[in-house]
This record gives sequence, structure tokens and C-alpha cells, in this order.
Amino acid sequence: MLLSVKDLCVKYVTFEGIVHAVNGVSFDIPERGTLGLVGESGAGKTTTALSLMRLIPVPPGIVERGKISFEGRDLDALSGEEMKKIRGNRISMIFQDPMTSLNPVLTVGLQIAETIAAHQNMSEREAMKKAREMLEKVQIPAARYKEYPHEFSGGMRQRVGIAMALACNPRMIIADEPTTALDVTIQAQVIELMRDLRDEFSTAMMLITHDLGVVGEVCDRVAVMYAGEIVEEGSLEQIFEHARHPYTNGLFRCIPDIDEDNSRIQPISGLMPDPCDLPAGCCFHPRCPECMEICRTRKPAPFTENGQMVRCCLYTRGGAGQ
Amino acid sequence: MLRYIFKRIVFLVPVLLGVSILIFVIIHLAPGDPAETLLGPSATAQDLAELREQLGLDKSLVLQYFTFLTNTLKGDFGRSIRTNNSVLEELLDRFEPSLMLAIFSMTLAVAAGIPLGVLAALRQNTWVDTLCNFVALLGFSLPGFWLGLMLMLLFSIMVPILPSSGYGEWKQLIMPTVVLATNTTAVIARMTRSSMLEVVRQDYVRTAKAKGLNGRLILLRHIMSNVLIPVVTVVGLHFGHMLGGVVITETVFSIPGVGRLIIDAIRFQDYPVVQGGILFFAFCLSLVNLGVDLIYALLDPRIKAQYRAG
Ligand SMILES: Nc1ncnc2c1ncn2[C@@H]1O[C@H](COP(=O)(O)OP(=O)(O)OP(=O)(O)O)[C@@H](O)[C@H]1O
Ligand SMILES: [Mg+2]
Repeated sequence: MLLSVKDLCVKYVTFEGIVHAVNGVSFDIPERGTLGLVGESGAGKTTTALSLMRLIPVPPGIVERGKISFEGRDLDALSGEEMKKIRGNRISMIFQDPMTSLNPVLTVGLQIAETIAAHQNMSEREAMKKAREMLEKVQIPAARYKEYPHEFSGGMRQRVGIAMALACNPRMIIADEPTTALDVTIQAQVIELMRDLRDEFSTAMMLITHDLGVVGEVCDRVAVMYAGEIVEEGSLEQIFEHARHPYTNGLFRCIPDIDEDNSRIQPISGLMPDPCDLPAGCCFHPRCPECMEICRTRKPAPFTENGQMVRCCLYTRGGAGQ
Repeated sequence: MLRYIFKRIVFLVPVLLGVSILIFVIIHLAPGDPAETLLGPSATAQDLAELREQLGLDKSLVLQYFTFLTNTLKGDFGRSIRTNNSVLEELLDRFEPSLMLAIFSMTLAVAAGIPLGVLAALRQNTWVDTLCNFVALLGFSLPGFWLGLMLMLLFSIMVPILPSSGYGEWKQLIMPTVVLATNTTAVIARMTRSSMLEVVRQDYVRTAKAKGLNGRLILLRHIMSNVLIPVVTVVGLHFGHMLGGVVITETVFSIPGVGRLIIDAIRFQDYPVVQGGILFFAFCLSLVNLGVDLIYALLDPRIKAQYRAG
């Protein structure tokens, strides 16, 4: 397995209280695999991603537990220096907002080149040549390497972000909602580009998104996150065709369907629980249409069948997986 | 870029014109009469009238202003009422000490203020931060003349290692430089600290970390380049403040600079020197501001793009 995460718990200590952002998340991503991580805002997706890079801001963040192994190495055991050699080189990250995630006072060429120079034992001048190739790869004319981020559109900036992430030919890319900040027509282009380059560089990918449509196009496995937990995980087909968790089903009912009458869209009622004060039992029970008595008190254990994992008392009632 | 600089220089003309009107009006509205000051209490009414006529003070204000303006435009700032020397010569004579004082103080303020601010931000909420903040607050609140007197007391009288006044050798510049720089250092340190705290939590710093760059590169290239942008603005704004400080510092330490010249001229109601001196300060300040704006463009490509466009 390329990446394996076991029982990751991350919290933030704030004035309002302790935010339980990630509570026991486990998943695996194989070589060349693409996992889609979906969930509402505040579910803990970014926190999960940053933990993999060991970039959780401390304070306020605390990584309580969790074992992350990547290419057979335990990331927590690495020194800061060793971790730097992994970031941007073996695992790289594409961030949510291309408007703010590039440095406004440095040329895009330099921002790509410095990543290459940091990892590949060459001067920045030599790296610049490679940086220009990378720009071409993301369909930006190489001649524009001297320009600054403000001279680029949002979509182009995100493509610069992609070029930066791929520059060192990493084994895995974490893309944190790479298209959320872009308008719809650009979104499709960027997603297509990412998919093509992923195949060309044969990297594994973790794609964080709200957009189930994007997941369907790019991913081979899907994990659904709710209130800091993965409530369901399975192959694309399992999640799209035979979703088990009421929350996953709810997410699919939120997507408008062109063939059907729009009145069928049913947003999930209620709000995500306050991460400072999670409900007892199953976190989803206050909003669950199929909530039972037992859900209020018992935390459902994961139930796995044919590689599809679900955390819901509907499936563990019979005793399996308890 | 050149077009921008040219535009800015052209723009200096209305600014200086405005300043000249302002100075002129203020000086002439102030009570007192240079003829009386010059001739003393024993002068007869006729002597006074003659002198006034000779100095052109008997004409209407508007006429006086236009005479002053046309002469200035010809490069003639007039002659000092007190010494009868050319004002321009007096200014140029006194320029060096003031320039040295300003350059040294600004250099010291930048060299001390920026590292102090960076240190405070890097050690936010520790005793280092508290100490830096305390020192900055102190530096900000101490009046220059008081600090000057205290330093003199300390280093010229109690432990006499530094000369208390005058100009000529480098030792004489130490205390004035420190006094003049204190305030600005404090302002720069505080600005650097808050700018840095703002920058370190920007997304692009996280991106830089995610790329696996080493810490020094992130600090120097990614953080400092952005931290300096607002700091440069403050330095520019504070330069005017510093010119005011030059006047006080030169008076406290008896340095024969432009500041002292203006003070003496005000005391004697030496109109031409006051006008020339303040106009000169305004000119220097405008040039410095232009310089600051150019540095600003150098640091921030977004601003540079605007200059290019306009
Ligand atoms: N630096 C921080 N300090 C305090 N709380 C934080 C911090 N970062 C995240 N959180 C909290 O942790 C929880 C999970 O946040 P996270 O950013 O991981 O969510 P997300 O799933 O990525 O949401 P989104 O879709 O909006 O990006 C949220 O409740 C958030 O308020
Ligand atoms: Mg997020």
C-alpha cells in the first residue's frame, strides 16, 4: 500500500473549546489509486489532508494519535528534515484557493523552479528550464514564466499550482478542493487536466471535494466524511450504486437530476453538529431519517462487506462488526 | 515606469506651490515685525519704515507672494534679513549635518526596527515578544528632547565619553542619531511585527511549506518580501515625522543643520530663510516619498503593474 492511515485523531484547541476535527480516520490508497474524500464543509477534510503532510498548525492543532505510513515508512517517526524531503517531492498538495495560495510577489516560474531546486540537487537557474516545461504541461505558454500570479486568471493559477505539485514527479498528490474557487466552465478543464496528468505521471491521488460529479469522473474509491469520521467507504460503483449510509444517500439526493422534477431534491435537514460538542452515539443521528433508539447512545462500529465499509447501526444491529 | 516617475516629478510642482502659499500665509499672519526685531527697541518710526520698504514688507501680501514666487522660480530664494547672505547658500551650507543625521538615523531605525519586529513575531507570546513590545512602546512614547537631555546627562556628564554638542567628528553624531532614530525604530518594529504575524498565516506560506522548502528560504523569500511592503510605507510616512525630529534634535545638540537654521530664522522673523527652509524640507520629503513609492513598486509587482498602466 502506498499510503495507509490508521486511526487519525486531530483536534484544535480554541477559545470556544476543543474542536474535534478528525476522530479516528483510517483509509488506504494504493499505488496509482485515486480516493475521493467527500463531505460537507467542516467535516475535517482539509485537516486530514494537512495531517498527511504534517502541516497541521501547532498551536492550535494537536495530532492526538494516528499512524500514517507512506511508501512503507512511518511519517511520524521522521525528523523535520526528512519530512521536508517528502513534501513537494514524494507527496505534494494542491490547495483550495488559487488566489491566495501563490505568493503574490514571486514569479510563477520561480515558484515552480524553487520546488525542483529544493529536491533535485540543481540550481534554480537549471530548475527554471524544467519549470518552463511544467508550465507547458499544464497548457500555459512557457514564455509566461516571468509573470506574477496577479497576471493570471483563477484557472491558470490553479494550473500553476498543479505544475508546482507535479514538478518533482511525486508518488501522491493531495488535491484539496482544487476547483471549488473556480467557475463552472473552468472547473471541468482543470479536472480533466488533473486526470490526464495523473495518468501521465502515474501518481496516486487523494481528491477532496464537495462535488460528487467530479468524484464520479476521477476517482476509483470514495470515502464519505461526516463530523470528523469516515462514515462510508467503498469503490466508486459501491458508493454510487449501493450506498448504505443514510448520510451518503442524503448526499446523492441533494444533486439535482435533469431528467427528474426538481422538487425531488431533498437537502439533508439540519446542520452538522458543533465539532466542539459532538452528540453521543452516532454523530449523524440528529439528522438521520432512519434514526433508531440505539443510535442515540451507541457509536456504530465499522461494518465491512466486499470492501465496502459503513459505520451505521442499521448494519451492525445484527451483531456483525461490533 | 519612467513615465510614472516623470509624472510624479511634474506633480511636485502643485504640491510645492501649495506648500509655499501655506508657509507664506502662516508666517505673515504671525504677530511681529522683522524690522522691529532687527533694529531693536531704539529704532525710530522712520528707520522702521525705510527698512520695511527696503525689505519689500510695505507691499500688499499678494504682491509680496508673487515677488517671492517669481524669484524662487528663477532659483533666487532671496537674502536673509538677518545676515544678508543668500538663502540658498545658507541652506546648502547647513545641509550636510542634517542629511547625515537623517541618513544615519533612518539606517539605524531600519537596521534595528526590522530585526526587532521579526524576532517579536517569531517568538510571539513569549517573553522575547513581550520585551520587544515593551521596548518599542517605550521608544514610541519617549519625547526626543527629553531622551536627548537624559543621554547627555548620562554620557557627557556622569560618564563623559561622548561630546554633548556640536558637529564635525563622528562621535558627536552618535547621541543625536540614537535620539532621532528611537521613535522611528519603535514604529518600524511594531509595524514589522504585525505585518509578519499577518503574513505567516497566509496560504502562500503554507504552500511554501508544502513544497518542502527549507525554513530560511521561506522566511527570507516568501515571508520577508511580503512583510516589507507595509513597512516601507511606514518608513516613507515616518520620514516627515523625522524631519520634525531633525529640528528638535539639532536644537538640543547644537548641530548647525537646516533645522537649527529654520528655528533661528523663526525667532528672528527672518521670512526669506523660513520660507526657503521649509520649502526645502517639503522638497526633500517629496523626493523621499517618490523614492519610497519606487521601492514599493520594486517590492510589489501588482503596484508596478499599476504604475506601468498609469
Ligand atoms: N486552524 C484552526 N483552528 C481552529 N479550528 C480549526 C482550524 N482549522 C480547522 N478548524 C476546525 O476544524 C474543523 C474541520 O475543519 P476542516 O478545515 O478540516 O474542514 P473541511 O472539511 O476541509 O471543510 P471545507 O469544506 O470548508 O474546507 C472545522 O470545524 C474547523 O472550524
Ligand atoms: Mg477544507
